[in-house]
Amino acid sequence: MYTQALNTSDADDRHVEDAARAAAFQARIDAEERIEPNDWMPAAYRKTLTRQISQHAHSEIVGMLPEGNWITRAPSLRRKAALLAKVQDECGHGLYLYAAAETLGASREELVDLMLSGKAKYSSIFNYPTLTWADIGVIGWLVDGAAIMNQIPLCRCSYGPYARAMIRVGKEESFHQRQGYEIMLTLARGSEEQKAMAQDALNRWWWPVLMMFGPPDQVSQHSDTSTKWKIKRFSNDELRQKFVDATVPQAQYLGLTIPDPGMKQNAEGHWEYSSIDWDEFKQVLAGNGPCNRDRLAARRKAHDEGAWVREAAQAYAEKRKHRQLAQAAE
Amino acid sequence: MATPNTPLWEVFIRSRNGLAHKHVGSLHASDATMALQAARDLYTRRGEGLSIWVVPSSAITASDPADKGMMFEPAESKIYRHPTFYEVPDEVGHM
Repeated sequence: MYTQALNTSDADDRHVEDAARAAAFQARIDAEERIEPNDWMPAAYRKTLTRQISQHAHSEIVGMLPEGNWITRAPSLRRKAALLAKVQDECGHGLYLYAAAETLGASREELVDLMLSGKAKYSSIFNYPTLTWADIGVIGWLVDGAAIMNQIPLCRCSYGPYARAMIRVGKEESFHQRQGYEIMLTLARGSEEQKAMAQDALNRWWWPVLMMFGPPDQVSQHSDTSTKWKIKRFSNDELRQKFVDATVPQAQYLGLTIPDPGMKQNAEGHWEYSSIDWDEFKQVLAGNGPCNRDRLAARRKAHDEGAWVREAAQAYAEKRKHRQLAQAAE
Repeated sequence: MATPNTPLWEVFIRSRNGLAHKHVGSLHASDATMALQAARDLYTRRGEGLSIWVVPSSAITASDPADKGMMFEPAESKIYRHPTFYEVPDEVGHM
């Protein structure tokens, strides 16, 4: 999902330190207890979570870029106000998540620097361009819809600060999906051109959205430990299937066609989709998606151009502190 | 060059008149004024509060989870601190 790079092997780190403590830790997890920042935890648990939560945070922050692209060109003041509020929420979500990651001992600045240097990943989905206004509708409806599907089980994640951040994010996120669907509905009921624009956006985003859930279960190497630690409660394929089953009727209501001619409903009522182009997914994760360079360049530019603000605020705080100390000494 | 660290603050919000301030999360800011403004933007976008406190995270002293037993167990055994420990005959009525 927003943390797809976790699906790579990390076997070197999985040394077991203190067997007795690790067993007690696992017993707490099995008893559905929440782990809190000052509790003992295996180094690999801390590392996995730091990576997962910070990647999730980076995704929220980079996720502002494709949508921010349309704020000045929203078709009405109502749409503009809603989009602006949504993008502001994404920033807030990134900050809640950085705060949760920091409880594990990393600093936000360090995590942000890892993203800016290209060492830390963010979700593959944000490396696709938003070419028309309909893309904003599809992002709210499908990208946020997929994110919600992933975030609901994370609200019960074993790590307390992450679970609490997800509850807060989830409450705000449902407006995002509804505003996206409303845009789609308006376009789908509009002129032939508007309907065609909605269909075109769905055609371009459908497969990248399915890739958001990460590689198929048989090749996802990270899932075992994450499942054991109750960081992950459903497999990639389970969540993907839930998402597809929920989305097909919504697309039918819009009168839009999911760009998968081979898709069919099976006897249990599940919608079976055709095979996903995992080579494309690998390419995007490796930095070769349509917008990878643009996204990182935009983040670096914002960070660099904000440096003087951080320095000035820091200098002002220092000056005030010295003044107060001097006054106290008098 | 690595980005220098900005101080961390804990944020507490009073959601309604008559309720206590409750911890809602943390944020980074150079000083208390900016911490208050950032807390307003980050934690009250949907009318979550009437009042905000920000406290430097470094000012908080926390109990050690490893001391949980020693700290809190003594209260567990003192059931006579609860009203249900005492018997009052039904005829006396609600007390």
